Amino acid sequence: MVRTLLVRGLLVGLLAGFVAGGFAFVFGEPHLDAAIALEEGAAPAAAHAHDHDHDHGDEAALGRPVQKAGLFLATGLYGVAVGGVFALVFAGLRGRVGPRSDGGLALAAAGTAFGAVILVPFLKYPANPPAVGDPATINQRTLLYVVMILVGLAATAAAVATARRVTTGPWARGTWAAGVFLVPVVAAWWLLPGFDEVPEGFPATLLWEFRLSSLGTQLVFWAAFGVLFGRLSDRAARRPAVAG
Amino acid sequence: MSDLTTPSSVSSIPFPRLRPWLAVVPLLLIVGYLVLMDNGALSQAGPFLHELMHDGRHLLGVPCH
Repeated sequence: MVRTLLVRGLLVGLLAGFVAGGFAFVFGEPHLDAAIALEEGAAPAAAHAHDHDHDHGDEAALGRPVQKAGLFLATGLYGVAVGGVFALVFAGLRGRVGPRSDGGLALAAAGTAFGAVILVPFLKYPANPPAVGDPATINQRTLLYVVMILVGLAATAAAVATARRVTTGPWARGTWAAGVFLVPVVAAWWLLPGFDEVPEGFPATLLWEFRLSSLGTQLVFWAAFGVLFGRLSDRAARRPAVAG
Repeated sequence: MSDLTTPSSVSSIPFPRLRPWLAVVPLLLIVGYLVLMDNGALSQAGPFLHELMHDGRHLLGVPCH
C-alpha cells in the first residue's frame, strides 16, 4: 500500500512537473527573457564582474536554449521530489485526518500544501526575475525562504491538530484553526527581514507579470498533482481486489 | 465525482508499516535541494546545476541570485 502510494506520488509528480513546466515555458519564459535582456543592457560590466555566480544569455556557460530545456528538467525533478514526500504524508493522513475518500483527501492535501509551502513564503519573499535581487544576499534570502516554508508547514500542522480537538461545532473549529494558523504566519511575515532589491528603473509591469507567472506555475503544478493523484487513488480504491 | 463526497471506507495505514518508507524522505529532500538551491556546495559541480536549473528556479519561485 505505501509502496503503491509512493510510486504514484513520484510518477504523478513527474507528470504534474512537466505540465507546470509547459505553463512556465509559455507564460513565464517571455518575462524571463525580457528581464535578462534588461540585465545585460543595463550592466554588461556588472555581469562580467559576477561572472561565476551570475551568468545569463551570452555570458551563460550553458546558453539560453539549454536553460529552457533545463526548465522542464527542473520542474519534472521538483515534481518527483515533492510528489514522493506528498505521497508519504498522504499515507500517514489517510483514514486519520481530513476527508475519508482518497480523491477528497488528495485534493484537500494538495490545496493545503499549496497554501502552506507556496503561498505563505511567496507573500513574504515573492519570486524574482533575473536582474532583481542582490547576489550578495542570496544565502540569507534562501535560508529565510526555507524558514517561511517551515513556518507554513508548522502552522498548518498546529491548525489541523487544534481543529481536531475542538468539539463545539464547525464555527468554533474553523475560528480556532484559522487563528492558530494565522498567528505564527502573520508574526513571521511581520518580524522576518524584508528585501528591497529591485533595481532603479526595472519595469513594474514586468516584475508583476513575472511574479504572477511564477505563482501560476506553482498553482498549475499543485492543481494538476492533486487532481491526478486523487483520480488515480479513487480508481485504485474502486478495484475490489486492491487492498494491500 | 460522487465518490468525492461519499465517504468510502479508507483504512488507515499502521505507523509501523509506514516507518521504513520514511528513509526515502532524505533522498527526496536532497533531490529537491539540488534542483532548487545547490550552487556547487553539495554537487561539487560549481555553477553547473545553477545554470541548468536556472529557469526552473526562477519560475518555481525560489530565490536564485
